[in-house]
Amino acid sequence: MRTRIMATALTLAGALTLAACSSDSDTSDDATGGSSGDSGGGTIRIGIKFDQPGLGFKDGDTYTGFDVDVAKYVADKLGYAEDDIEFVESPSAQRETMLQNKQVDMIFATYSITDARKEVVSFAGPYFVAGQDLLVAVDDDTITGPEDLDGKNLCSVTGSTSAQRIKDEHAAGTNLLEQPGYSECVTALTAGTVDAVTTDDIILAGLAAIPANEGKVKVVGNPFSEENYGVGLPKDTDKCQAVTDAIKAMIEDGSWQKALDDNVSTSGYKPNADLNPPEPAACA
Amino acid sequence: MDDFASLFDEFDVLGAFWVNIQLTFFAAIFALVLGTVLAVMRISPVPSLRWAGTTYVTLLRNTPLTVIIVFCVLGLWGQLGITLSSDFQRNFFWLSVLGLTVYHAAFVCEALRSGVNTVPVGQAEAARAIGLGFGDSARLVILPQAFRGAVAPLGNVLIALTKNSTVAAAGSVAETSGLLKQMIEFRPDLMVAIFLVFAFGFVLIVVPIGLATTSLSRRLAVAR
Amino acid sequence: MSGSVLFDAPGPRARRRMVWVNVGATLVVAGIGFYALVLLNRKGQLDADLWSPLFTANAWENFFLPGLRQTLVAAGLSIVTAGVFGLVFGLGRLSASRTVRALSGGVVEFFRAVPVLIMMVFFYMAIPRLDIVSPKDLPLVAVVLGLTLYNGSVFAELVRSGVHGLPRGQREAALAIGLRRSQSLRLVEVPQAIIAMLPAIASQLVVILKDTALGAIITYPELLAAARRFGSGNGNILQALVVAAVVFIVINWLLTRLAEALAGRVGRRTAGKTRVEAPSLAVTARD
Repeated sequence: MRTRIMATALTLAGALTLAACSSDSDTSDDATGGSSGDSGGGTIRIGIKFDQPGLGFKDGDTYTGFDVDVAKYVADKLGYAEDDIEFVESPSAQRETMLQNKQVDMIFATYSITDARKEVVSFAGPYFVAGQDLLVAVDDDTITGPEDLDGKNLCSVTGSTSAQRIKDEHAAGTNLLEQPGYSECVTALTAGTVDAVTTDDIILAGLAAIPANEGKVKVVGNPFSEENYGVGLPKDTDKCQAVTDAIKAMIEDGSWQKALDDNVSTSGYKPNADLNPPEPAACA
Repeated sequence: MDDFASLFDEFDVLGAFWVNIQLTFFAAIFALVLGTVLAVMRISPVPSLRWAGTTYVTLLRNTPLTVIIVFCVLGLWGQLGITLSSDFQRNFFWLSVLGLTVYHAAFVCEALRSGVNTVPVGQAEAARAIGLGFGDSARLVILPQAFRGAVAPLGNVLIALTKNSTVAAAGSVAETSGLLKQMIEFRPDLMVAIFLVFAFGFVLIVVPIGLATTSLSRRLAVAR
Repeated sequence: MSGSVLFDAPGPRARRRMVWVNVGATLVVAGIGFYALVLLNRKGQLDADLWSPLFTANAWENFFLPGLRQTLVAAGLSIVTAGVFGLVFGLGRLSASRTVRALSGGVVEFFRAVPVLIMMVFFYMAIPRLDIVSPKDLPLVAVVLGLTLYNGSVFAELVRSGVHGLPRGQREAALAIGLRRSQSLRLVEVPQAIIAMLPAIASQLVVILKDTALGAIITYPELLAAARRFGSGNGNILQALVVAAVVFIVINWLLTRLAEALAGRVGRRTAGKTRVEAPSLAVTARD
C-alpha cells in the first residue's frame, strides 16, 4: 500500500517535471498569462532595473531614474495613472524571459535593440541612444578614449559585451576585471586599483551622479559605440505604435530633456548630441 | 540541433568547465590542509587555539560565499593591494582560490571533527597509555582513523566546492556561470538549451565524485 | 569521543607557556588587523560618510529589514517543503520495492548534482508556461522549489544514512512485536534516525538560509540583493556587504544554537549515535 502511494507520488512528480520541460519548448504565444489579460484596464507591469542609480533605482517604495521617468510618461499616455504602474525588477539576464512569459507588459531597462533579441521580443523606440564610454578618476587626463587603455586595468560587469569589445577592437593589452555589478567597479576605481570602468555612457553618468561619488569620478565623454535603448515588448504586442507615439510626444514637449537633466546630468554628462534625441523607428 | 551545435563552436563551454575544475582542484587541496589544521586546533589542549578554531568556523561558515569572494578581490586586492600572481588575470584566479579555500576549510574542519567523533575513546586512551603526547596521538592514531571515517562528509564538501566554484565569477574569473550569462546575452533564443548544457555538465562532473567517495568511504571504513 | 582524553590537563609550566604564546599570537593577529585598518583608512574606506548611511532608518526600513524578512520567508518555506521531500524520498530509498528505490535514488542523485542556481533560473523560466503561479509570487516559488529539490535530496540522504546507522536490534524488535516492515520504518526507525541526524540537519538549515541569497539573480528581493542595491545607490557597496554579512552570521549562529539546543533535548530518544555528526554535514551550494 505504502509503496503504491509512493510510486504514484513519484510518477506524478516525474510527470510534472516532464510537463515543465515539454511546455518549455513551445513558443510563448499560446501562454495565456493571467498577467497579460488585465493590461488595458487596471494596472500595468513595467520592468525596470532596481539597482542602477540614475536610470532605474528602487529606494523603499519610490522609484527613480531616467528609465523610470520615461516609463511613467509612456504609461500615462497609454492611460495608466502613476498608481496603476507596478514596477518589477528586470535584471539583464532575465529580460527576454520576463517578456516571453508575460510577467511584464513592457521593459525600460537600458535595453539595447539587437537583432538576436528581436528574434524573441519586440521593441518600440529607441527612446535614447547611449554609447559605450569610460568612467575614470576625476583627475585622470591620460585616458581620453579606448585606445589609451593598453596596459591599463579596466572594470566591467561579468558576461557583458562592452569589455570584450575594447579588447577586441581597441586595446588588446587591456587588463580586464569583471565584477557582479558596476558599483563594485566604481569602488575599485575610486580605490585606484582599476583605471577605468566601461559600459554605456548614461549608466556611467548615473553612477557618477551619486553624492558619494561626486568629485571623484567623471565620464570621459567620447562614446565609441551606438546602443539604441528600446522599450521591450512581448513579440505579439499591439502596443508598439502607441508607445512610439508617446516617446515622440515626450521628446517634443521637453519632458524627455527634463528627465535627463533631473537624473544623470549632475555629473556634467552630456548625451551624444548627434544621435539624441533619437527618432523612434516605425513599428513592424 | 544545428543551433545547439553552434553553441559549442561559438562559446568555449569546455574551457569554462575546465576553469571550474582547476579552481576546485586547488581550493580542495588548500582547504583540506587548512581544514585539518583547524580541526587539530579544535581538539587541541590549548584553550585559545580551540577558541580561535571555533571562531573561525562560526564566522566563515555563516558568511555567504559571494561576499567572501568579493572581499578577496575588492578588499584584499582592490583596497589593500595584495597580489598573488604578477599576471593580472591569474591574480584573480588565485584570489578566488583563496576565497573558496577559506570558506570550505570551515566545512572540512567540521567534516573532520565528525570523523574524529567516529574514533572510539579507547583508541585515544590506548595512545596515551603507551606514552604518546597530544601531537603524536593525533598524528599517528586519531587523524588517520578520522580521515577514513570522514570520507563521506569530505566527499560532500568536495561536491559542494565543485558547484560553488561557479561563484568565482564574482571574482573576475572567466568560468561557467560567467559564460552562462554571456551566452544568454548573445543567444536569448537558445536559453533552454543553454541551461540544459550547463545542468548536465555539472551532473557529469559531480555524480562521479559522489559515487567515488561513497565507494571509497565503504572501502576505507574502519571495521568496528 | 571528547577532546579531553587526547591530552593530560596542562600543568603549571605548560599553562605559563600557553599564556606567553597566547599573548604573542594575539599581538600578531591584532597587528595584522591594525595594519589592514590603517591601509583601509588610507583608501578612505573607513570614512564616516560611507558608514553612517548604513545606520539610518532608511537603510533598515527600506532595505535590510525587508530583505531579511524575504530571506526568512523563503528559508522557512523551503525548510518545511524540503523536510517533506526528504522524508518522502528518504523513505523511497528505503522502500522494499526495487523500482521505488531506484527511482528515488535517481531523483536524489540528480538534484544533488545540479547547482541550485541553475535550478532556480530554470523554474523561473519554465513555471510561467504552466500558468499556475501569479507573476508576483514567481520568484519566491522558483527559489523555494530550487532550494527544496536540492536540500530535500540532502535530507533524503540523511534519513537513509540515519536509518542505516541504527542498531539492527531496533528493526528486529519492531518486527518481533508484529509490525510490518513499513510500519517499523515509519514508527520506529525514521523518527530515531531523524533525531540522530539533527546536528547534520542543523547545518543544512544554515545552508538553506544562506542559499536564499541565490534568489537575487531571479529578482527575489532577499537580504544580500537589498544590501547590494543600497550600496549601489549610496556608493558604499563594500560597507553594505559587511553589514549584510554580519546579519547573516548572527542569524545563522542563532539558528545553529537553536538546533543544537533541540538536538541536546531530544538526543536521548534515539538508539542511534547522535554524537556522530552525520555524513552530509557540510553539503552546501553556492553562497
